[in-house]
Amino acid sequence: MTEVRVAGVGLTRFGSHPERTGRDLFAEAADRAFADAGVDRNAVEELNYGNFMGALAEHQGHQAPLMAEAAGVRCPATRYESACASAGVAVREAVRTVAAGDADVVVAGGMERMTNLDTEGATEGLAIAADDLFEVRAGVTFPGAYALMARAYFEAHGGSREDLAHVASKNHENALPNEYAQFRTEVSVEEALDSPPIAEPLHLYDACPITDGASALVLVSEEYAAENDVDAPVAVTGTGQGTDRMALADRTDLAATPAAVDAATAAYDDAGIGPADVDLAEVHDCFTIAEVLAIESLGLAEPGEGIAAARDGHTTADGDLPVNLSGGLKAKGHPVGATGGSQIAEVTRLLRGDHPNSEHVPDAEVGVAHNAGGTVASAVVHVLEVAE
Amino acid sequence: MTARDEGYDEWIDALSEGAGYALVCPEGHGSLPPRRVCPECGSSPLSEEPLPGSGTVETFTVVHVPSPRFSDDAPYVTAVARFGPVRLTGIVRGVDGDGDVDADGDGDAIEVGETVEVDVGERETDGGRIVTFRPVES
Ligand SMILES: [Zn+2]
Repeated sequence: MTEVRVAGVGLTRFGSHPERTGRDLFAEAADRAFADAGVDRNAVEELNYGNFMGALAEHQGHQAPLMAEAAGVRCPATRYESACASAGVAVREAVRTVAAGDADVVVAGGMERMTNLDTEGATEGLAIAADDLFEVRAGVTFPGAYALMARAYFEAHGGSREDLAHVASKNHENALPNEYAQFRTEVSVEEALDSPPIAEPLHLYDACPITDGASALVLVSEEYAAENDVDAPVAVTGTGQGTDRMALADRTDLAATPAAVDAATAAYDDAGIGPADVDLAEVHDCFTIAEVLAIESLGLAEPGEGIAAARDGHTTADGDLPVNLSGGLKAKGHPVGATGGSQIAEVTRLLRGDHPNSEHVPDAEVGVAHNAGGTVASAVVHVLEVAE
Repeated sequence: MTARDEGYDEWIDALSEGAGYALVCPEGHGSLPPRRVCPECGSSPLSEEPLPGSGTVETFTVVHVPSPRFSDDAPYVTAVARFGPVRLTGIVRGVDGDGDVDADGDGDAIEVGETVEVDVGERETDGGRIVTFRPVES
């Protein structure tokens, strides 16, 4: 097994770009990643590309060859789809490919174009990540599914909308200096509480926005980096994935996400570390309650205690374990098929020290990224470490 | 409408006739059709066992922002309720007299732990068949 290094990362600004085509968004992210990496496009041996709803949003299937063109690479290119974890699985397969010695240079990332749809269209698009027969036909929307989990969590462990509002407020504050974030505006706990309901108990500021954007990473083997003088100080040392029953109603516990526990356990084992070694985390906070469930699944909070982590300051920028220093999906935005790649990009920059929020984690050596699909029927966790 | 979904639509038919069932594996895991093996443990054969007459609400949400198929239904209440070996997901009807939900109440339309009966109703938006729950008069 060879060590996998992150040679370069690239993002578009996340936000509302309804007129920009998916191919242009991904081209921009790839451009940035190549510039950051200093790796020649001709060296790329595989492209792993994540996308969820392009067939609905752009009437475009078979996107991988299109994105290889956009990135200016000619190599085997494959689209990965695992709902909101699409880029996470694309990155994971790239990591496994390089670790196994099957390739030295792989580009992974993803793209989603969403704001060209109206709210109902985007709601419909996102809902297809749920079980169509038994959930969508019973009125389950994406926010509705997380609302069902939030109420189940409150019933099992206590907690309140105010606790969730602290998660929203924290992540908006973290996004303020992030040049790639969709929302660089403060949201107070009171404003979050007073926002209109979407799917009770969740309100507007419990939810991530609808976002267009793309992410791209250039992953290389340690040997390639050394031989080609590529500056790649951060390594992906662990990868793990988990799967659960598709429909929320079929889960053992409505207030927990065991697929993410499985993914985290595998990733920690792969890296030879444990939750106590983690210095920072980027987690899949598509809704505020999702951040709570994520940090519990990652072992960064005990079951039932994650709800208080933001309120009590443990996970704020100056807390002992900063979570979502990027602003998270909540404030940075959630272009579904790009999100998993963007989390790796954020953790990489935070560990390299060139992220606008690196000042909060000057000694950080270990970061984790948690990417979830649907109501966490799919989960991918990566461990990144400073290698040089 | 498009083609029926074999297995699922027969199950909805049965539910509407008051003859809803769960599939149960030799290990006792419940699931919903169509299934060839137990999704929990992979075992078979699966037997059809009648659902209990009433279930218990485990969680619910009041949906204000619907997908297009539910645009005329919103706001509505979606709940997950336990019926013996399975949980069902359905839309709660009759929580405010005439089937309207109490849209502004945060939890006063229905409560976790409440007993409900299951039936089949129609979406207001397009008439599509949906699993419905109705609180049992106590
Ligand atoms: Zn079984």
